[in-house]
Amino acid sequence: MATADTQVHDEHEHGEFIAHHFDNAEQQYDSGKLGIWVFLVTEVLFFSGLFVAYTLYRSHHPEIFDQAHVFLDKWLGGLNTVVLLFSSLTMALGVRYAQLGKNKLVAFFVLITMVCAAVFIGVKAIEYSHKWDQGILVSSAFNYTTVHAVPATAIGKALHISDYLVYLSAVPAILLIGFLIAAVGFTVGGKKILGIFCGCMAITAGGYFLGAVGAQVYMNATDGGVGGSHASQPILLYAQEDHAADDQAGTEHAVDDHGDGNEEHSADDHGAQASHGPDPTKFVRDIGIFFSIYYCMTGLHAFHIIGGIIALAWILWRSLLGQWRSDYFGPVDYVGLYWHLVDLIWIFLFPMLYLID
Amino acid sequence: MADHHDHTSFAHPVSVKLLVTVFVALILLTILTVVSAGQLPRPFGLWVAMGIATVKAALVMLFFMHMFWDKPFNIMAFMSSLLFASLFISMTLMDTGHYQDTIDQFPREPVAQPAAPAQP
Amino acid sequence: MGTTIKATPEIFGHAENNFFNASSGWKSWAFTLDHKRIGIMYLIGVTTALFLAGVFALVLRSHLWIANSEMLTPAMYNQMFTLHGAVMVFAFIIPSIPAALGNMVLPMMLGAKDVAFPRLNLMSFYLWVIGTGCLLYAILAGYGLDTGWTFYTPYSIETESGVIYATAGAFVLGFSSIFTGINFLVTVNTMRLPGQGWFKLPLFIWSLYATAIIQILATPVLGITLLLLISERLMSIGIFDPRYGGDPVLFQHFFWFYSHPAVYIMILPAMGVISELIAVYSQKRIFGYSFIAFSSVAIALLGFLVWGHHLFTSGQSLVVTLIFSAITFSVAIPSAVKVFNWLATMYKGSILLATPMCYALSFIFLFGIGGLTGLFLGALSTDIHLHDTYFVVAHFHFVMVGGTLTALLGGLFHWWPKMFGRMYNDMLGRVGCFLVFTGFNLTFFPQFVMGSRGMPRRYATYDPEYQIFHQWSTIGAFLLGIGILLAFAVLVYAAFKGPKVGGNPFKAASLEWQSSSPPDFHNFLHKPVMTDPYDFDAMVYDEDLDTYIHREFADPAKVPPRVEPIHH
Repeated sequence: MATADTQVHDEHEHGEFIAHHFDNAEQQYDSGKLGIWVFLVTEVLFFSGLFVAYTLYRSHHPEIFDQAHVFLDKWLGGLNTVVLLFSSLTMALGVRYAQLGKNKLVAFFVLITMVCAAVFIGVKAIEYSHKWDQGILVSSAFNYTTVHAVPATAIGKALHISDYLVYLSAVPAILLIGFLIAAVGFTVGGKKILGIFCGCMAITAGGYFLGAVGAQVYMNATDGGVGGSHASQPILLYAQEDHAADDQAGTEHAVDDHGDGNEEHSADDHGAQASHGPDPTKFVRDIGIFFSIYYCMTGLHAFHIIGGIIALAWILWRSLLGQWRSDYFGPVDYVGLYWHLVDLIWIFLFPMLYLID
Repeated sequence: MADHHDHTSFAHPVSVKLLVTVFVALILLTILTVVSAGQLPRPFGLWVAMGIATVKAALVMLFFMHMFWDKPFNIMAFMSSLLFASLFISMTLMDTGHYQDTIDQFPREPVAQPAAPAQP
Repeated sequence: MGTTIKATPEIFGHAENNFFNASSGWKSWAFTLDHKRIGIMYLIGVTTALFLAGVFALVLRSHLWIANSEMLTPAMYNQMFTLHGAVMVFAFIIPSIPAALGNMVLPMMLGAKDVAFPRLNLMSFYLWVIGTGCLLYAILAGYGLDTGWTFYTPYSIETESGVIYATAGAFVLGFSSIFTGINFLVTVNTMRLPGQGWFKLPLFIWSLYATAIIQILATPVLGITLLLLISERLMSIGIFDPRYGGDPVLFQHFFWFYSHPAVYIMILPAMGVISELIAVYSQKRIFGYSFIAFSSVAIALLGFLVWGHHLFTSGQSLVVTLIFSAITFSVAIPSAVKVFNWLATMYKGSILLATPMCYALSFIFLFGIGGLTGLFLGALSTDIHLHDTYFVVAHFHFVMVGGTLTALLGGLFHWWPKMFGRMYNDMLGRVGCFLVFTGFNLTFFPQFVMGSRGMPRRYATYDPEYQIFHQWSTIGAFLLGIGILLAFAVLVYAAFKGPKVGGNPFKAASLEWQSSSPPDFHNFLHKPVMTDPYDFDAMVYDEDLDTYIHREFADPAKVPPRVEPIHH
């Protein structure tokens, strides 16, 4: 073997947390940090395609965005924004404590971050199922009805919630129950850390239901939810100047006398539930494009949130094992950066989709 | 079991006070942007909202993501991504603007009508 | 001043204990974190893809032997050229030099023990396997693919063929590429030797770095494009489909925003290899180092500004077309800078016409033609006539095959003795190079002629006036195939049965040669000494090891004095 008197590396000096190909902890940290920043660059470019699509359609067809955004509830969106911002705070705190080697605090703050993420998904599930009930789908399938679909599943009927919500909630429900059982099982069986971990995962899954229940209550309070109609939604505003291409516009256009955005209703509208919601006959052509963009952007974002929860679970596990110290905390930092990027994207998505005036 | 090593040169924990202050600022800006939506005349509304979003993004990047104290190379890398994304948007926007009427004139596929929703 | 290291076979010569036998069993390869092993696995993978896609090419060239051939149905013909293109571009050419050669050599050029993220490297390889598998599933499951490798809408939305499998495969392959790019970028940034400044790096590193920048910035856009296409097919979201308000030309913008920089992913590493080969086989410091280094970065950045030149005839607006055309001309300049510098390097050099040098010279000639013909296509007035003709086909084959494949072969021959510790048969190697060169020219030069005379691309049948060109082309294709086969045969034979060779048979000066052949698992058994990668005079011959070693390690009594170069 080697006769050289300078060895390549000396194992016991190296520290068990430094990979063999790095010279020291700082080089390892710097490499990881640059690596995650570069990965974030790829994520920005990944989302950029959707931002391009948004910019194009908004500048060429502003009327689509003006009409379609009323279907989005800005308070729910605002709530989600606050939840994500809070999760960013707790994540940053988690990173701080990892740098100080305080593993329990790291675990605590990472757990809160995960719960916030789950709350976000819960609220999103309500938003999505609510829309699907009303036929608000992507462009090709967009077929808005003012009346929500009535649930057909047993659970949907019993709880008076949308069928789609039932389907969406199946996975979190299984996770919640599964992790609860596992938590009890492991704790009783003596594997304390696993038990705590599963307990934390169960709490995270519970966060989904917290968000979903809260949002559902809000929906019921504001518009009647299932079987009801959009009492609180602003009615479609704009009398269209030119409808040559709009072959749906058979009705007369009502005039906006009061300038408050509400059209006067023609006589045959009274009494029908449709009069309290956006009038489909007034939709511009291609209005569904807004929702294609909406579902793609928020869907891809939600997918990244879920990926983030998985990455955070990994960090939580390692925190419970007490692995962080002041010269080894990279992974917490890196996952934290990813999480902040997910928040950053939402910071832009929110006004772009929900706050169109 | 807190591990109180001396600060090696590369760990830089950010103070709790700073993080919470940034958070409060972010919440205030969020409230501002929600409340001001719809209050401003047409072209300004979008730019103000985007401007506020940019300030919020800057706060997240500088303090939560630690960019304020970070190596310039990392910052440059991230900024370059925004530069290239904006390049993509601008050229494509310029081009697509010119041929929109051809798309507008293309006949649309009628949306498949689903079965009538059950009446309550 | 010499160090205390005694030059032994294990450190600088032919090493019997090396990274091949450091561990054994299939798991030690399947779960390896060693960049050298990953590079070899990648090489086997991409070579397989090369041969598969090559078979598709030979099939379609055979079909094109006569003007109204019935060898393939038109639908089958569409499948052949699509699959040839898709497999070649996504599974072979884009990974080839970075993932195979780059993985083998990059860490060693930096004096490092591995890349920054070895596990990410392994994941990158497995993503390549999965992505290629997905792409092939489209074929094997009978769906096929007939949209052209460019997947243009609206046809790619409507066709019944396996677009979703193929685009999913390409999506996964994109991630493989991104991860390689991240790994290389970080490695070069943080794992250089102390004192190894940016301008003391071999130019192959600069080119891989510039390539990494492109991989990182461009590939995600391909990812979102393919995702949107899949969504369009599955759910008709209406972004590219005009029936639902979408814009089919938008797909082309999205697609080419990646795919144009992608061609620079293909060529930049190749240029880096050529810089190394020309310098070593002229035994002369590379001329204009900084120019070549900066030109790599310039090509990477400028390459993002020209994607519209693929859309000149697609209804793109005139304003935008003019902008893209002008910038396209500018991107030729850094490439030309490199060619002049390589030629200047050779001038008054001590040329060794070994196999790698033959490939390097082929490259300069063939890439020169390929690049020049790009200018015809970049000029709007001529492109109107040449777009979608065989002129385009010839242009990109000259740069991709005459460029990248040639450089890959040259690089493989050059670094083969380092990787396997055995020398190839140089005579047969050069015969292979000659066959490749001749076969290639015979295949593709006639295509320039018939393209300029109006022969459209992707056509299964054609007007009989073009038949003679097609026939030359088909003969050439088979000759090219034989040449490539011979080249690989020579390499494979050498790996197992070639004469053993020491750490630095070619008197090269970059750091990877400062090790044994094959290298140890840890790459270096000593602390590598930071050297100028083009200071060939610092290398001296060691008789005992029958190889060249750096003066630092040689026995001072036996080291001849440095020769000052005579400046004319």
